[in-house]
Formats: sequence, C-alpha cells, structure tokens
Amino acid sequence: MNSRAYPRDRQVEALARGLGWFSLALGAAELLAPERVAAVIGVRPQRRTLNLLRAYGAREIAAGLAIFAAPRAAAPLWSRVAGDAVDTATLLGWSADADSDRQRLGVATAAVAGVGVLDLVCARQLQDQAAGAPPVSRRVHVERVTTLNRSVEDVYRYWADFRNFPRFMRHVESVELLGGNRSHWRVSAPAGMTVQWDAEIVEQRDSELIAWRTLPNADVEHSGTVRFTPAPGARGTEVRVALDFAPPAGRLGRSIAWLFRKDPDQQLHEDLRRFKQLVESGEIPLSEGFMLWRPGQPVANPEDVRSLAGVRS
Amino acid sequence: MKATCWMGTQQVQVVDVPDPQILNPRDAIVRITATAICGSDLHLYNGFIPGMRRGDVLGHEFMGEVVEVGSAVRTLKSGDRVVVPFPIACGNCSQCEREMYSLCENSNPNAVMAEKLWGYSPAGIFGYSHLLGGFAGGQAEYARVPFADVGPIKVPAHLSDEQVLFLSDIFPTGYMAAEACNIQPGDTIAVWGCGPVGQLAIASAYLLGAERVIGIDRFPYRLRTARERAGAWATINYEEEDLHESLMELTGGRGPDSTIDAVGLEGHAPGLHGAYDRVKTALMLETDRPAALRQAIMECRSGGTVSVAGVYGGFLDSFPMGAIVNRSLTIKSGQTHVHRYTRPLLDRIERGEIDPSFVITHRMTLAEAPHGYDIFSHKEDGCLKVVLAP
Repeated sequence: MNSRAYPRDRQVEALARGLGWFSLALGAAELLAPERVAAVIGVRPQRRTLNLLRAYGAREIAAGLAIFAAPRAAAPLWSRVAGDAVDTATLLGWSADADSDRQRLGVATAAVAGVGVLDLVCARQLQDQAAGAPPVSRRVHVERVTTLNRSVEDVYRYWADFRNFPRFMRHVESVELLGGNRSHWRVSAPAGMTVQWDAEIVEQRDSELIAWRTLPNADVEHSGTVRFTPAPGARGTEVRVALDFAPPAGRLGRSIAWLFRKDPDQQLHEDLRRFKQLVESGEIPLSEGFMLWRPGQPVANPEDVRSLAGVRS
Repeated sequence: MKATCWMGTQQVQVVDVPDPQILNPRDAIVRITATAICGSDLHLYNGFIPGMRRGDVLGHEFMGEVVEVGSAVRTLKSGDRVVVPFPIACGNCSQCEREMYSLCENSNPNAVMAEKLWGYSPAGIFGYSHLLGGFAGGQAEYARVPFADVGPIKVPAHLSDEQVLFLSDIFPTGYMAAEACNIQPGDTIAVWGCGPVGQLAIASAYLLGAERVIGIDRFPYRLRTARERAGAWATINYEEEDLHESLMELTGGRGPDSTIDAVGLEGHAPGLHGAYDRVKTALMLETDRPAALRQAIMECRSGGTVSVAGVYGGFLDSFPMGAIVNRSLTIKSGQTHVHRYTRPLLDRIERGEIDPSFVITHRMTLAEAPHGYDIFSHKEDGCLKVVLAP
C-alpha cells in the first residue's frame, strides 16, 4: 500500500538532525559561556564581542529548533548556510584586530567553513527531495488490492490475456504477444514519449498467480506479481498486485522514475478500479465532468471526455 | 439544447449546451418531459456541497422518452417512457447485488475524490457535484443515462408525468426513511421538515402502518399541507411552541417511537442553538448545520430509531453521541437505494394508494428554473415543489 522510503532520504535526514544538534550545542555555549567561546576562538572578551556571541548563540538555537521541527525541510538548513557566511565574515573581521590570536581564529574559521559545506550539501539535497527529483538509486515498491464480484477463474482469465491491459491501464498503449511467455509493451510517458519493453512470465499458476519481469534493455526495468484469491463468504475474488521498479538508469530512466514517483500507488489504485469496473460492468463509466477538469455538461465530441479520462474506445 | 447550469453560489442560469451523446454501450439518451428541483439541489445552490464547477448541469429528478440506446442496452428501446432513479448503479457489483444501489462500487468515475472526503466512494449521482461523478444532470431538454439497462423504469401511459415523476427520488426517499423506522403497530413517528421529502415520509409512514405521525416545521403553509394532504395527525411549529413540551404532550411523555430528519445540513433552530451552527459554519469550524438532527436524536424515545433522510456532506460537531449510546438509539441513513423501490412504489401509485403529486405547488418551463430555485430556496409564494417542463 505504500512506496517505501528510500534509505538515502534517511541519510540526508540524519545529517540534518546532526547539524541540528550541532546548532543547539554551539548556540548554548555561545549564549551561556561567551567568555570561554571567545577564548577558544582567540578573541579578546570585550563586552561588544560577548554580546555579539550571545546574539549568534540565540540564532543557532533558533536554527536548531527549526531543523528538529521539520527535519526534511530545506529552509532551516539554508538559514544555517546564511549564518555560516555571517560567522565567517565576523571571524575575518576579528582577525584584523591587533589583540586577536590569529592562529586560533584561523582554526575557528576553517571549522565554520567545514560545517558550512555540510550545511550547503544538506540544504541542497533536502531541496531536491522536496522538488521530487529522483535520487539516483531509488527503488520503488508498490502494492494494491481490490475485490471483484466475480469468480477467481473469470478474473484470472481476463488478466491473463495481456492484450486486455490497454483497456484498463491508463498508460499502456499496446501489448503484443511474442510467443513463448514473452510480450512486447508500449507505454505512454510524459511529454508525448513512448517507452517500450519486452517482458517474460517467470511464474504462472492457473487461477492463482502470474509473475513477470522485464528482459534486458527495457526502458523501464521492473518486475511484478498478481495474485488471485477467493474472498471469504463468496465475496468474489481478491486481486493483489505488487510492482518493483529497479533503480532507473540514464536520463530516460530518470524521467520515467519521475512519472511513477508522482504517485505510483494512486496510479495502480486507479488502474485496478478500472479493471474492476470493466470486468464487473463491462465498461468503464464516463462522466461529462471527469474530476474537476471540465464542467459536468455534455460535450460536442465524445472523444474529449474519453481522452480526459484516459479511456480508449 | 437548453440546460440549467450552476454558475456559482445562488446563481443558476439556463444556457445552451451541446446535446448529450452516447459515451458507453450501456448508455441511453432520454428526451426529458418533466423534471423537478429537489430540496437537496438547494444545498448545491447555497454552496454547501463541495466539488461543484461553474457550468455543471443540475438536476437528478427527471423522466422522459428514450430516444437512443447504446449497443449493450436490450431492456429499453426508442419511444419507451421512463422515470430515471437519481443514483447511477451498474447492477453487477456486490453492493448492487445486495440492492444497495446508491453504494454502487463502479458508477463514480471520480471515486478518488469521494474516497478522500468519505473514506470510500458511493455511487455516482446525476448533477450532484464532481465528488459524485460530475454527471450532467436532468434539468435540461435531454440527458445521457449510464447503465440504462438497470435504472430507468418504464411507466404506463395512463399515469401522468406528475404522478410518476417522484419515483426518481423523493417518494422512494421518504418511503425508505419511513421503512428504516421499522414501524410497529401503535407507533408514533415524528418528522422534522415538511418539505417534499418530509411530506412523503409522513404519507409513507402511514402506508407502513404508523398509528400517528407528527410533522415539524416553521412554515405554516407546509404544516397545513402536512395535515391536510400528507395526513399528519398533528403538527408543531417550533418557532411558535416549545418543541420538546409539545412532543411530550402529544406522546403522553413517551417521546416518538422513531424520528425522521428530512431537513439535512441547512437546519434552522430558534435561539442560541441555531446561532451556534451559523457562527461555526461561517468560521468554517463545521461544514453542516445539524440542528434538526440533534433534536431528532434528543427527542427520540429510548431504544428508538433516528432515520436520516436529509443530506449531510461533511463534518458536524456537538453531536449528542452520549444520547445515542446511553439510550440505545439506532441511526439509519443513506442516499436512497431508489432502484429497490421504483417497482413496488409504482404499484402503489397504480393501485391508487397514494398520489405523490400532492406536493407540487409550482409548474414552470425550463427557462424559468432560476426563478424556481429562488422561490424554493426562500420559501416564497408558498413554494413546496417546483416541476419544470422542458
């Protein structure tokens, strides 16, 4: 029922939390013991300097809390990047003072720069994730189930003929049987592209299960299983579909991943609903006002309604 | 063709739109001869139901003549005179097999929207928001009827349009509300709301054996129709008398055996109770104003049934769950499973047991629909039910 979180997302989140703790610790030190911080970084503990350190400490604590409030948001990390720039400028300014310890200030500046790089990397990755850019090695797993008011044999028979797929799978344009467990698929992709693959059935048990996987050189490498089980008390047939998409490779792979990442779960849910509509009622019902894309009033050309709903006549 | 379109809150216009065409093999096209404005259309008119879009064709109570059928329709042919149920049902899914037609699992193309609001999707409904399918409605010259081999019922020539039109919604709706009360000999039923559905719920309660039926409203002309035409034994104007005291007096302190809410989400109540919901809905802290429902629960005798025929769309608060639990009340509700009732209720009309046309107060042309909405919504000119003839 879900697309599982990808491990790399968690790494970035862990880095963000680490930087959050760093913010809190540094902030507490600057706020509570500015004299000791001044000694460590090698500046004279004048009142103005100490007040500035306290102010920076308050800023660090605010940034740390913001990170923990939303560890997947990029904005708190960007605020840390800006803070790092201010810190660096301040340290450079102090190093011009005659009574500063240049060596200690040098070490402090290098440390701030190092943390600044981490902040920058983390902020950018979080931003990419939020924008939906597929991380390079994402693997997507999707599962959905529906129940049809039909016998297992009927449901299985309809599914097992892959040539039926374009009728209920919104993006599948055609399926051609190649013989010997193999089939050729053409699937529409964003921006008017078409992707293709050959698939083979790796396991098939009558009225029970079909498992398939793509052959080498598929545009979208994936494997899938569909299981058919009788629902209790003569409630028909449960159909469970599981799909696994391999890490996409190359630019084409990235754009396809983008397509499926949008909501592979919801797409499968909708396709299974259409499968149920078609097998149970013999057609996919159409309304004039599909979703909220046009008003619920008759159309001059029925094809307009079909293409919005993605139903082939 | 001309069609009545929703153009925004309290804005309805009759405009030119394309003629409907067959989209699927089980469709039919009906030339509409009579269509009505439903009380539930007023919830759309007043902007209480989400998922409307400017230009939506309204109307879910209609009848007419079949002019075209899709390739898979064997039960109808051109020239048949039919009444069309307001929910759209495939007849094949497990809910349809259980005769729960308004829960059809296949007839809502926008099911994903309904699932977000209600958990699962019910059936599609003609002209009743995109949540319920985005189907063009029947306050028009023609309508496309999906799954036409399941819903429309042929009606005999000797019955007039006005006698059978309400098989599409309000007669089955009032009847199902009364049936849900599981009426026993001697029962007293109280009905909140003496609009068209309330009137037919009162009449249906008597058809199902109720001893006494009490109608509750605030408009004298509606209470008069309830007494004189629907046959209510007594009526209560809650703006003039204390509702609870009156019900106690009329029921010997027992309370009504079952209560029917035929009001829905735009309920009114005098004083603080009514003001509470007006403020809450204005601040968007609740979506519906359930004044009638709260009263129907509080006034129902312990162990009785509260039957909810009125439409609710979203979320209520100050809902007296404690009364339901501690007094073993049963709540029954649902959009009407119209297909289940069309045949037996047509038989009752044919046998002369009831003529539901007694609720009609206004007859207009389709072009006058905006005026019909206006007077029905504002309860002007004694308006109880508007029937339009395209």
